Amino acid sequence: MTLLQISEPGRSPEPHQRRLAAGIDLGTTNSLVATVRSGGPVTLPDSAGHHLLPSVVHYRKGAPPLVGEEARRHLATDPQNTISSIKRMMGKGSADITGSGQRLPYRLVEGDSAVPRLHTAGGEFSAVEISAEILRALRRRAEQSLGGELYGVVITVPAYFDDAQRQATRDAARLAGLNVLRLLNEPTAAAVAYGLEQGAEGIYVVYDLGGGTFDVSLLRLSRGVFEVLATAGDTALGGDDMDLLVARWIMRQAGIGDDAGHHQLRRLLAAARGAKEGLTTAGSVSLEVELEGGGRWRGQLSRSRFEQLVEPLIKKTLAPCRRVLRDASVAADQVREVILVGGSTRAPLVQRLVGEFFGKEPLDGVDPDRVVAIGAAIQADILAGNKPDQEMLLLDVTPLSLGLETMGGLVEKVIPRNTPIPVSRAQEFTTYRDGQTAMAIHVLQGERELVSDCRSLGRFELRGIPPMVAGAARIRVTFQVDADGLLSVSAREETKGVEASIQVKPSYGLTDSEIEQMLKDSLAHASEDVAARTLREQQVEADRVLEALKTALDEDGESLLDSGERTAIEEAMEELRGAREGSDAREIKRAIKRLEQRSQAFAARRMDAGIKRALQGHALEEVAGPAGR
Amino acid sequence: MNHFELFGLPPRFDLDPALLGERYRELQRAFHPDRFAGATPQERRLSVQRAAQVNLAYHTLRDPLERARYLLELHGIRSGEGGGQMDQEFLMQQMEMREALADVRNRPDPAAALAQIASEAKRMRNAVVQQLSRQFGEDSERSLAAASQSVNKLMFLNKILQEVDETEEELSS
Repeated sequence: MTLLQISEPGRSPEPHQRRLAAGIDLGTTNSLVATVRSGGPVTLPDSAGHHLLPSVVHYRKGAPPLVGEEARRHLATDPQNTISSIKRMMGKGSADITGSGQRLPYRLVEGDSAVPRLHTAGGEFSAVEISAEILRALRRRAEQSLGGELYGVVITVPAYFDDAQRQATRDAARLAGLNVLRLLNEPTAAAVAYGLEQGAEGIYVVYDLGGGTFDVSLLRLSRGVFEVLATAGDTALGGDDMDLLVARWIMRQAGIGDDAGHHQLRRLLAAARGAKEGLTTAGSVSLEVELEGGGRWRGQLSRSRFEQLVEPLIKKTLAPCRRVLRDASVAADQVREVILVGGSTRAPLVQRLVGEFFGKEPLDGVDPDRVVAIGAAIQADILAGNKPDQEMLLLDVTPLSLGLETMGGLVEKVIPRNTPIPVSRAQEFTTYRDGQTAMAIHVLQGERELVSDCRSLGRFELRGIPPMVAGAARIRVTFQVDADGLLSVSAREETKGVEASIQVKPSYGLTDSEIEQMLKDSLAHASEDVAARTLREQQVEADRVLEALKTALDEDGESLLDSGERTAIEEAMEELRGAREGSDAREIKRAIKRLEQRSQAFAARRMDAGIKRALQGHALEEVAGPAGR
Repeated sequence: MNHFELFGLPPRFDLDPALLGERYRELQRAFHPDRFAGATPQERRLSVQRAAQVNLAYHTLRDPLERARYLLELHGIRSGEGGGQMDQEFLMQQMEMREALADVRNRPDPAAALAQIASEAKRMRNAVVQQLSRQFGEDSERSLAAASQSVNKLMFLNKILQEVDETEEELSS
């Protein structure tokens, strides 16, 4: 059923006048941008014909940073100023990063912010800002190739990303000046790219082993609906770790000590990576590494030795595979196909072990590097309104349980993992002491029972609880997760109706004012005018609201509004049109707010009408319906 | 609008899971936020709420335990808080299963022992679900009180099965 036609008649995107939308795969090692052209979805190459953009940023003094292949050339020679695998630091605190056991060549700067920065020749930057550079490069590529400004993008994230990591990705997009239509889980994107093309039906597994993250999702595909049944993974496990294992092996062979310099380590990692890639097809590769004190080490690595080295790592991915089957109550033999995604699944050992686990040969014929970006592009095209008849629907889940801290450092789960999103769940709590007037609410994500074993997402306080005896107050805490997998929490004291001042202090995220500041810095850097940018954003938002409302009025204005109500809305629309022509961003914002207030009841009625429409045609069926189970 | 009404289904314990799934997908097609990507922010917010409501209803109706508790609630009966007299024989069985579960690691073949407990618990769960079907079908005050007892049993069995899963995960890692 097509409930809403999004586009406005007259300004509707004609087949040849589509809105420019793109899908972005922001990867640990490489990133890609894709779009849907008349012929179908394609990834976009740079001017040299390369589709993959290495996710590497090189900072320089007094010059804009280099991104991609140009930046990668500096990896071995200037490791401190050349940042790679930044995705692994997204949404993380300093302790997470230094505690990961990996020696990073960067200088971490801890300031007042919850988010650490890296010190480079070009300044100090957070992971969000560094990722924004990669997104900017992809944006430029897309806009040059498509010949216009992007209307919106879909950015993919590992399904197993937690809230802080998702939020960080959204923040990076905002800095890069991108309108994010949706954050999409990588395995779901891959399923879309594969499933739509093949008209697939049934239960599918997507096994996604990338450069730095591992995800596995179990989906049911049914007539254009992609329903994720369960997802699991590890956000710190990927091909990078294979490189590290091989590099350690070389160090042992070549007698290189643990005190080797960063240049040496980067060279080792590059050699390890080359060997890994070579062993995808070759039975054995020769290795050659320049040593710090001069001279060279030469050696051979056979595939079987390599497989011995990395087997424990690949076996680690099988536990999450087992878990998705269990969580979805699906047996391995019910799985129709296994789709492999991510460059690391090219390793023959991965294919063999995954094949053995699920009892069937994984699919090939899907390009594991591009499939995620392609799926994101398909979704972006639909969300931009270019395919009003497309019936595709993606139903995703929360990867990790969400809860809050209760007495004794225990976690009370409010939303269990693998709950379909969007979701809203409420739970009641009470006070611990007589006369208690405030309550600290600590929001956590994870599967363990102890607060110390879960990830802290943020804290806020509910104040103004009327003094009562312990246990008498009824505090209702509501968790809402939107379709992007992002959480918002609110609290309310039920007996007196006090709402919480929801100042969530993110544990590992940037505050709004930090983002504002970064936005200013980045624009100053690009010699763009902050005020002009803000005005442009508000104008775009005004156009969107006006267009959507015009469509809504055309469809339902007649049936759901009396003439007075309609006039009130149309007046507010006229007012917004006037403000939009001016140059005062705040005035536009105010006019949008006013219009929203006036059209609130209309929006609610349209939703109710939607329920009736969805249920129409079932009434008769119910009376005569089968009483089966 | 209660969950059954939202799904256009009669408020009965017995329902066709395929039909339920179909209705779920229809409703999500109508309300999922992705269908409102170009709508006003207000409509987008409302769609998130509606889609969340559909998800909650689906979650409740799909699971026999949740569905039974919800039906009892519609009849004004709060269930699942213990209470009432538990069937002695059932309690004994539960204790035995719990002991067996605690002892599983000391058995010569822990995985096989665990599988046996799981299949026994599943068999019992199916029996309780069939009981519920009869009790709700009869729809008398007495049968609803009995259904409330069945709900307690189902909760016990689900707890055991969850512990079986946890133990299995520990054994395999």
